[in-house]
Parts: sequence; structure tokens; C-alpha cells
Amino acid sequence: MADTDTGIQPKRTGLTRTQKRRLSRGAQYAVLAAAVIAFALTADWGRLQNQFAQPGIAKQLFPDLITVALKNTVLYTLSGFVVGLALGMVIALMRLSSVGPYRWLAGIYIEIFRGLPALLIFIFVGVGVPLAFPTVQYPGGTYGKVAVALGLVSAAYMAETIRAGIQAVPKGQMEAARSLGFSPARAMVSIILPQAFRIILPPLTNELVLLFKDSSLVLFLGVTLEQRELSKFGNDLASQTANSTPILVAGLCYLLITIPLSLVVRRMETKALREIR
Amino acid sequence: MTTPEIRVQGLHKSFGDNHVLRGIDLEIAQGEVVCVIGPSGSGKSTLLRCVNLLEEPTEGQVFVGGTEVTDPDVDIDAVRRRIGMVFQQFNLFPHLSVTENLTLPQRRVLRRDKAAAERVAAENLARVGLAEKAGAYPSALSGGQQQRVAIARALAMGPEVMLFDEPTSALDPELVGDVLAVMRSLAREGMTMMVVTHEMSFAREVADRVVFMDGGVIVEQGRPEQVIGAPRHERTRHFLSRILDPAMAEVEEGVADQGGTG
Repeated sequence: MADTDTGIQPKRTGLTRTQKRRLSRGAQYAVLAAAVIAFALTADWGRLQNQFAQPGIAKQLFPDLITVALKNTVLYTLSGFVVGLALGMVIALMRLSSVGPYRWLAGIYIEIFRGLPALLIFIFVGVGVPLAFPTVQYPGGTYGKVAVALGLVSAAYMAETIRAGIQAVPKGQMEAARSLGFSPARAMVSIILPQAFRIILPPLTNELVLLFKDSSLVLFLGVTLEQRELSKFGNDLASQTANSTPILVAGLCYLLITIPLSLVVRRMETKALREIR
Repeated sequence: MTTPEIRVQGLHKSFGDNHVLRGIDLEIAQGEVVCVIGPSGSGKSTLLRCVNLLEEPTEGQVFVGGTEVTDPDVDIDAVRRRIGMVFQQFNLFPHLSVTENLTLPQRRVLRRDKAAAERVAAENLARVGLAEKAGAYPSALSGGQQQRVAIARALAMGPEVMLFDEPTSALDPELVGDVLAVMRSLAREGMTMMVVTHEMSFAREVADRVVFMDGGVIVEQGRPEQVIGAPRHERTRHFLSRILDPAMAEVEEGVADQGGTG
């Protein structure tokens, strides 16, 4: 009963609810301000600028930063995404197949490739496979190698996303298509998949963001100067100049792509929510 | 009457332990309008879904237009093209406009060219009174309009038979009339129709025959004025009294409601 506490329970403090809230918020701001001030006072600003933000070194990075490194990062990522999407599509359909062995194979693939570090798969594709099968040539050389490695990693995640998207399409859609005379395959292609892809566009874009970052693993494959992407490029120039500015600049290049993509995802999600209502 | 348009013989359907249909025999003649009524859980929707094999019968045979639907070797896609189906939840394709909802099945399934498909689509949209909504998307339509588009979509395939699975049950009461009007005109044009419905006034006015189902069997059937007006069976009378005047129903002890399927 709400009224009883005035009579039975003594008031512990003399503060009203508004006062308590103000006190709590004030304490949180005080901690934050103290931390910022402590950092500003203790940091050696001159040295930090010298190490991370030397305009001279940053200028040296151009134009290769854009024409080689950023271009290659985008190329590796997109080719890996295409391979992953195609493979993920096949695995998702296998996962939903009425044929048992297909389902098991797809399940095993997904569990293995989601459970392994991406780096291990890069080494396997880049070093293990060429050693084991000396006659095998990746189409497109290093580009093909990276596309396969990134594709293998992302396919496992995308397969699960695509499967979830297909299953999120209401059962009545398939029934309506079948009762109009669509074959199962044709109903899947014309009716179910277009709706499923609309549903999974945000998570797929998220996967693209993850791939942008994973493309940095090319660092561990031997690549020529012309094949370097952002991380390798930044790392190389950092050691050449004995300065961290290239790392910072390379990092900004990633953010230049990933932050707008994330904003697009967020916009798509709110739009999708509004449509469902 | 020559060969019946729909013939159901000794039909049984079980979902696991749940024996939903317990031996159904039913014939529907060409141009006949049959309304199937009965309490929920009586198996009437399952019966309808067995006719176009959305549910696979456990036992028994179904013929539509002389072709055995239940034959394992039948081209079910070809048979389904002759059977139009209208669902309780409309099931329009939300990613397609109204016109595309009507043209895509014609083009993909019947291989009609674009111009022919669009002509047929326009005709059928006019038939259900929605010609002006051709460019709209389903989400912009009311439930009643969506259901009329769904009927037009089925009609655009040129079916010999139309199946309706509680077509007005998901609609706001004021939207029911438009859908029933379309169905009435369809019946007048001579379409063979099998309608699972709770709309007793529609059944009384439009149906040639009313089938009352309960517990997975057909309890009685006949002219609507006879089945609805003067039911012979106690179960039919009980059901009708509850549906025609729900406010007058009394709390029952241990009968319908506690059964779960009541």
C-alpha cells in the first residue's frame, strides 16, 4: 500500500527525489571532468603531436594512400563480399533444404568458419593451400586469394543472416505463391528472396563494415607494393618514418568508410521499423 | 450434373496425434457455391487446404475437374493453376504493387507476355472495383481492399474453382460488405466456389448448399434455408445459436470451452 510508508517507515534522508537525481548526475559529471583534466595535465602534448600528427609525414602519404591503399582496401572488401554473398546464399539454401546431408554440411561449414579466427583462415588460404596444392592458382593472384579468404569467413555469417531473412518472410507468402501455381524454386526466387533481402539489408551492410576491417588481415599475406591496403601501407610507412602518423591517417581512412556505412544501416533500420509499425 | 468439379473421397488428415479430418466425402458440382460452416477446430479450413494440397491428406482422394490432386505423380503446380485460393490473411506480396501482384504470377506461371498480363490485371481489378488502386502498394490499402486485390489476383489466373478460407474473418466489420459483394457477383457469374465462412447471412443468401462440420466430420448439409433455418442436428442448432446470437450464449459446464477446440 502506497500510503503506509509515511506512517511506518522513517525517512532515511532529507532529500527529495529531484534532489537525489541532481546529486547523482552531478557526481557523474565530476568524475568525467576530473578524468579529462588529469589527462590534459599529464599528457606530453608536444611528444604526442610529434608521434601521431606530423603534417609533413601525412603529406608524404599522398597520393599512394588513396590511389593504392584505399583503393585496394575497397577492392579486397568488395570482392570478398561478393564471394561471401554468393557462397552464403548457397549455404543458406542448403541449410533450409529438405535433403538431410545438405543441411548437415551447411551446419558444419557455418560452425567451423564462425568458430575460427579470420586470421587463421587467411594463413590457411594464403600459405597452406598453395603449399598443399602447388598447381592451384587463385584467379586474379593476390586479389583472388584475398577474395576467397574473406569470402570463406563472411559466407558463414551471411548464410545465417540470409537463412534468418528467409524464415522471417511469413509462411502465407509461400502458400499464396504455391497456390497460384509457382514451383517451390520459382516462388523462392520471385517472391520469398526479394522480401528476405529487404529484411536483411541492414545486417548485410553491417557484415560489409566488418569485412572492411577484416581486409586488414592481408597484412599477413605477402603482397607487393602495389597490392598493399590501408593497414599494410600504414604499417610499412610507420616503420619507414619511425613515426605513428601513417597509422593514424590509415585509421581515419577506415572511419571515412565505416562510419557513413553504419549511419546508412541505422537509417535503414529505423525506416524498416516505421514500415512494420 | 455430369462429373463434379470437386470430389473428396474418404479424406482423413492427422497432424501428429491430432486427427483433424475423420473421413470426409463431398462433391461440388460445376457452378455450385458451397459454404462450409462449423466451430473453430472442426477441420473446415484443413478440408479446404487439402483440396489444393496445401495440406497433404493422410488418407483419401481429392479430384478437381477430373484430375486426381492426391495422385503422387500429378503435376501439382499445373493443377493449382486451375484452383484460385483466397486466404484469411490476404497474403498479398508486399514488395509488389497491386498491378504487379496480379501480373507477376501470370507472367512467371502462365508465361503470358507483359501486355496481355497487364490487360488481364486491369480487367480483374475493375471486376473487384479497385481499378484506381492499380499503382498502390498493399500496405497503403485497407484490409477489405487488400482482400479484393487478393481475389482479383486469383481470378487473373483464370481458375475453374475458387477456394475461400475465412476471407472476411480478419476484416473490420465495416469492410466485410465490399468483399462479400465481390464474392456474390462472382457466384452470380457461375464460378464454382467453396467458402469456409462465419458469415451466415452470406451463406443463407448466396450458397447453393451449406455444409456443417464438427469434430472432423460433416454433420449435416443441404439447402441453406434448411441447414441454417431448420437444422436437424443438435450440434448444428447449438453452433448456430451461439454464432447468430453470441450475446445470448450461456456459460457451459465442461462442454465446448474447456475442450480447447471449442
